[in-house]
Amino acid sequence: MRVWDIVVVGGGPAGLCAAIEAAKNGARVLLIDENSRPGGQLFKQIHKFFGSAEHKAGVRGLEIGLQLLKETKELGMDVWLNSKVCGIYDDNVLWVVKDERKSFQVKGAAVILCTGAVENSISFEGWTLPGVMGAGAAQTMINVNRVLPGRKVLMVGSGNVGVIVSYQLLQAGAEVAAIVEAAPRLGAYGVHTAKVRRAGVPFYVSHTIVRAEGDGKVERAIIARVDERFKPVDGSEIAINVDTICLATGLTPLAELAWIAGCKFVFNRVLGGHVPWHDRYMATSKKGIYIAGDITGIEEASTAMEEGRLAGVSAAAAIGLIDTERLEKIAGEIWERLDALRCGPFGENRKIAKQQVMAGGDEQ
Amino acid sequence: MNMRITKHPILGDIEYDRKVKIYVDGQELEAIEGEMIASALLAAGIKTFRYTKKHHAPRGIFCGIGRCTDCVMTVNGMPNVRTCVTPVEEGMRVETQHGCGKWKEGAGDE
Amino acid sequence: MKGLKIDGAPSIDELRGTPGYPGIERARKRSIAFIECIEEIPCNPCETACLRGAIKVGRPITNLPQLDEDKCTGCALCVAACPGLAIYVKTYDYREGMSLIKFPYEYLPLPEEGREVELADRYGNTLCKGKVIKVDVSAKNNRTAIVWAEYPQEYFEDVVTMIRL
Repeated sequence: MRVWDIVVVGGGPAGLCAAIEAAKNGARVLLIDENSRPGGQLFKQIHKFFGSAEHKAGVRGLEIGLQLLKETKELGMDVWLNSKVCGIYDDNVLWVVKDERKSFQVKGAAVILCTGAVENSISFEGWTLPGVMGAGAAQTMINVNRVLPGRKVLMVGSGNVGVIVSYQLLQAGAEVAAIVEAAPRLGAYGVHTAKVRRAGVPFYVSHTIVRAEGDGKVERAIIARVDERFKPVDGSEIAINVDTICLATGLTPLAELAWIAGCKFVFNRVLGGHVPWHDRYMATSKKGIYIAGDITGIEEASTAMEEGRLAGVSAAAAIGLIDTERLEKIAGEIWERLDALRCGPFGENRKIAKQQVMAGGDEQ
Repeated sequence: MNMRITKHPILGDIEYDRKVKIYVDGQELEAIEGEMIASALLAAGIKTFRYTKKHHAPRGIFCGIGRCTDCVMTVNGMPNVRTCVTPVEEGMRVETQHGCGKWKEGAGDE
Repeated sequence: MKGLKIDGAPSIDELRGTPGYPGIERARKRSIAFIECIEEIPCNPCETACLRGAIKVGRPITNLPQLDEDKCTGCALCVAACPGLAIYVKTYDYREGMSLIKFPYEYLPLPEEGREVELADRYGNTLCKGKVIKVDVSAKNNRTAIVWAEYPQEYFEDVVTMIRL
């Protein structure tokens, strides 16, 4: 069994930042990612980020990804790609399967879990037809693989993901027939909805998809108006000819490793469901296990990067590489930047949710 | 049908100089070195990757990040390979999977 | 129209009176930025981009951008800096009967200079023809092109973009 100071699981925005901070502070770091390239979902974010200069606002997500990979390289940490963490045992021992065929045990004095999230789907008649897919899947196809999943798309869900992916589908040359939203009001930032609306994409609030139709693949979507209880209203169906239906109906934290490790969990709807409890240093209830990014609750890449830095610094402090005074100073600065992102009508509820998680109570 | 995005306002233009040949249900298909199998298939307009065991219903790509296993196919004789996270290789044999698929003798050996 | 959270685009009524949307009298005098940002989101690159200090967000960064109508010269540095692509620069009296808009544009193909295009409102409806004066693709814009187009003054406030080619 090989031993590192800090093992980071997941090389997305949170994991890369955690690994970078830990290595900067002198830790020997192993970064593990199941994909053939690190970066997580950053490389499909081709839009300019929000926030302020210290959050890299105005910089496109993929450029931030390249910058983080460069820093990772310069710091000279160990990076295992094509490697899945399949188990976690006492004393921070991880079971890793590499390249689908080699099995290892590795141990970190501290372990940081940055495993991200997975898209939710909703079920409806025909939802398993080829052509129905997650909005994130379509985004990966157009922005990473540079392949159109279809020519004409219906987007289900008007949160930031649904609307940003719609915009990027237009940029990639696809047509977006409509965006449907079950709620009576649109979810995304207005500046995002305005971008696709002026490009001619219609929004249907209080509407949902009731059926996907087609012979062996999606050829048509049937949408309908919903009543106050989100039940489709008979006779309100509209048929829209599309070859692709994208679902942007939220995300759920990927927290299996924290479950296996026996971390304490709390339930919080705003953050996407069951999330591991953590303190203001991103430490879980299990000694030596830290978390950052979407595993701690669904937010954005900008908050994930700040949490990753915080977890990296905290883990380095826990193994004696940073003294308490310095940790407090850095943690204070990071919390200020996190608070700046978690305010206003779109962020305040996440700030409250985070406080509920740290207080340890389930949301009522 | 070519669904590749060769010009892009943000990502710029792209030219593919490194190509590989794969075989999809015996048909030769040109793919881009390093791309995922699912991407090569969608680029050619192929949307059905497998048929389910009980209802023989067609399935294609769904999550695109290796989570949902809807896109599994039989690759070089090995069934249940997640095509959205498995890169193409020269000469790779990709087959539409029926049900849980069948192992070919010797598949998956070093 | 029912407003931003239903139509997806802000109505003129929602825009007027927000601190980033200039008074129409001022806008008719000289070039000025129209900041169509009416929700408190955590974002301030417009403030950072402006060399004249004409845009103030301050703390918290969810404050709506405030435009100083005296300081703004309509230089358009904020147009590509805005991650929401929500800023336009407009000149009412560009020439006889014609206004000018500089709007962000992230689609291909880009229009050629001198070409006639169809200009559209916030809902994607075609309003009028316009002529492309310039397409600014300088590196500082980081792949957000800024298209300059002239169009009849009667559509001054409503035109925000062009129909994609």
